Amino acid sequence: MIVNIEEQNAHPHHAAPPLVEVDHLSIRFPIGRSGFWGGNVRHVHAIDDVSVTIGKGETLGLVGESGSGKTTFGRALLRRIQPSEGTIRFNGADITNVTGEELRMLRRNMQLVFQDPYASLNPRMTVLELVAEPLVVHGLAKNPNAARTQVVDLLDRCGLPEDAVDRYPHAFSGGQRQRVGIARALALHPAFIVADEPVSALDVSVRAQVVNLLQDLQHEFDLTYLFIAHDLSVVRHISHRIAILYCGRLVELASTADIYERTLHPYTEALLSSVPIPDPPIQRARQRIVLSGEIPSPVDPPSGCRFQTRCPLVEPRCRVESPPLEEKAPGHWAACFVR
Amino acid sequence: MTDGAVTADAPDDDTTRDEAPHADEPSGLLEVDHLYVKFFTRRGVVHAVRDVSFTVGRGETVGLVGESGSGKSVTAQALLGLIDLPGRITSGDVRWKGESLVYDAAATLRRVRGKEIAMIFQDPMTSLDPLFTVGSQIVEVLRRHMGMRKRAAHARATELLDLVGIANPTERVDQHPHEMSGGMRQRVLIAMALACEPELLIADEPTTALDVTIQAQILELIADLQQRLGLSVLLITHDLGVVAGLCDRVAVMYSGKIVELASAEDLYHRPGHPYSAGLLRSTPRLDIVIPRLVSIEGSPPDLVNPPTGCAFAARCALAVEQCLDATPGLRIHSPSRRVACWRPFEAPFENIAVGAVATPDGSPSDGPVGASS
Repeated sequence: MIVNIEEQNAHPHHAAPPLVEVDHLSIRFPIGRSGFWGGNVRHVHAIDDVSVTIGKGETLGLVGESGSGKTTFGRALLRRIQPSEGTIRFNGADITNVTGEELRMLRRNMQLVFQDPYASLNPRMTVLELVAEPLVVHGLAKNPNAARTQVVDLLDRCGLPEDAVDRYPHAFSGGQRQRVGIARALALHPAFIVADEPVSALDVSVRAQVVNLLQDLQHEFDLTYLFIAHDLSVVRHISHRIAILYCGRLVELASTADIYERTLHPYTEALLSSVPIPDPPIQRARQRIVLSGEIPSPVDPPSGCRFQTRCPLVEPRCRVESPPLEEKAPGHWAACFVR
Repeated sequence: MTDGAVTADAPDDDTTRDEAPHADEPSGLLEVDHLYVKFFTRRGVVHAVRDVSFTVGRGETVGLVGESGSGKSVTAQALLGLIDLPGRITSGDVRWKGESLVYDAAATLRRVRGKEIAMIFQDPMTSLDPLFTVGSQIVEVLRRHMGMRKRAAHARATELLDLVGIANPTERVDQHPHEMSGGMRQRVLIAMALACEPELLIADEPTTALDVTIQAQILELIADLQQRLGLSVLLITHDLGVVAGLCDRVAVMYSGKIVELASAEDLYHRPGHPYSAGLLRSTPRLDIVIPRLVSIEGSPPDLVNPPTGCAFAARCALAVEQCLDATPGLRIHSPSRRVACWRPFEAPFENIAVGAVATPDGSPSDGPVGASS
C-alpha cells in the first residue's frame, strides 16, 4: 500500500508535529492449527498494513465495528501487543521493539482509558490507592498516602470531590467511576492517551459529561488522544480527524468535516446512514443504505477489497485486487477503486 | 379522578394518581394501569416502578425510553409476569384485551405468553440454548403453542428464518447458535418470537448488543414485519435515535415513573418535561454539530428512598419549591401529550435549546491544534 506519512502530514489539519507515527502496521494472532495433523498454523489478521499519524494535541477518532481491530490497534500503539510487521514511532523515536527500562519510561507517556468502569477498577482498592498506584509503580511516590495531595488535585481536575479519595469504587456511579479511571490515567502526566470506547458503557446524559471532561483535559494538559469508538455521533464531537477501520484495514482517513460531509468510501457511507437520528421526520425521510450480510471473519478474509462481500458499488476488479489507501483530495484518504 | 396532586405530608407516592390514564389514547390491546413494582431487598424496598400507566393499541408501535435504573425493563417484565422474588407487583393492573395479567393470571399468562404476546431480549447470546440447533428451538415453540407435528413444524421453522431475512434458511435451521453471529442470533430470536403469530411484540433493547450496521438491519426488519403482519410493538430502549424512526408514541421514564408520554414528533420537537428536553439535548446528533455537548448534571435518585417531590427536581434547572414538596402526576398538557411536571415547557424547544449552533467547518470549535484551520 502506498501511504506516505510525509504526504499525510502536509495537510494543514495536522500541521502540528506528529506525536505518534504508525507505518505499515500489521498484527496477526496465531489461533491454532488447521487440518487433522495440524499442518499449518492459522492466523487472525487483526490489523493489516495500517499507516497513520497522530499530531501533537490532536484527537484522532478510530471507528470500526466489532472485530475491525480497533482495540488491537490501540493496544499496539501502547506496546501492549507486539506488532507482526511495521513500525511505531513516538516523539520521533522508534518504539516498535523497545523493552525493559526503556519501555517502562515510555509507558509513563502513554496511558489507556478503559471502556467498562465497572470492570477496570479493583473493587478492593480505595480511590486514593487506585489513582496513586501508577505513581507508586513508577517510583514517583513512596506509598499512596504520600501522593494524597496529588491525587486530590487530580480528582478535582476530573470533577470529583475531595472526600472521594477514601471511598471504594462501588460507592460511585458509572460516570464517576469513569472519572476515577481518567484521573488514574492522568496521574503520570502522559502526552498520549488511548481512550478505548470510554463512554460506550455510560448513560446518555452522563456520556456528555465525560466527553466534555476529556475535551477540557486535552486543553489543560495538551493531550493527544486516540479516541476509539463505534458511535459516530460522539466521535464527531470530539475528533479532529477520523480513521475508519473495516476488518483490519484502514478504509478512510480524513478530517472530521470531510468524513461526514464529503464521504468517499461506501462503507463509511453505509455506517453513517445506519446511525439513527433522534428526529422522527428526518429519520423517516432518510435514504438509508442497509448493508446486507455480515462482517467477514478476519481469520479468513475475502480476497481483494475486504468490503467487497457487502459493497453496493462492487466491481469485478474489487474481488481480486486490494485497493490501496490513496489521497483522493487534500488530506482525504480512501481505499476504494470506485470512488 | 384526582388532579395528580399530593400534599407534602403524604410522602408515600402510592396516593398520587395520574389523571385519566387512557383518556386520549387509542383503546388499548394492552393496558397498563397504575402499575407499581417493588423489590424487597436487604437494603430496603426498591420502588422500581411507580404508578406507570400506558396503553398499546392494535398495530401501534410504542417506545419506552429511559436510562439505566429508570424501570423500563422491569415494566416490560411485569407485563408478562416475569418479576421474580424479591420483586413483586404491589398494586395496579395489566390488562390484555380486558383480561388481567396480574390477578389470578397463571392460566391466562400461560396461554398468552409466547403466543399472543412475544418478547425478545437484549442479549441474543444468552437467550438461545447452546446445546440445541436453532431449528429445534423454534420447533419446540411451534409444537407447544401451535400443536404442530414435528415435520410441519420443521418446515415452518425454515419459513420463519426466511421471513426474518436469514440467507440459506434450509442450512441455517440445523445449525447451533455458536455458528451464528450476534445479528443472526437476534434474527433467530425474532423468528422464534413470531412463530406463534403474536399480536404484540415486546422488544427489550433488541439492538443494544449489536453493531450499528446490524442494528440498522434489525430495526428495518422490525418495521417491515410490523407493516406486513400488523403487529403491535412495545420497544424498550435507552437510545432516542432507535425510537425516532420506529415509534408512533413514546413514553419517557425517569426513576420508575413515566414523566412524559407524547407522540414521537411532539416529544422530539417540543419536549414538555425538562428531563425529556435534557435527554434530547445530551444525545449527540450526527447531523448537527454543537461546540459542546450538553449534559444533565448529577445522577438519578436512589429508589430505596425516592425523594418526596419530583424525582428529577434535584437535577432540574427550573425546579421551584413546589417541585421538592409534591410529586407531579402525569397530566394532560396538550391533546397528544401528557407530562408529569409542575412547570412544563410552554415555549417551543428551539427557544430553550442551549448552544445548538453549528460551527461552519463542522469541527469542535473549542478543540485545540488543528480544530479549524
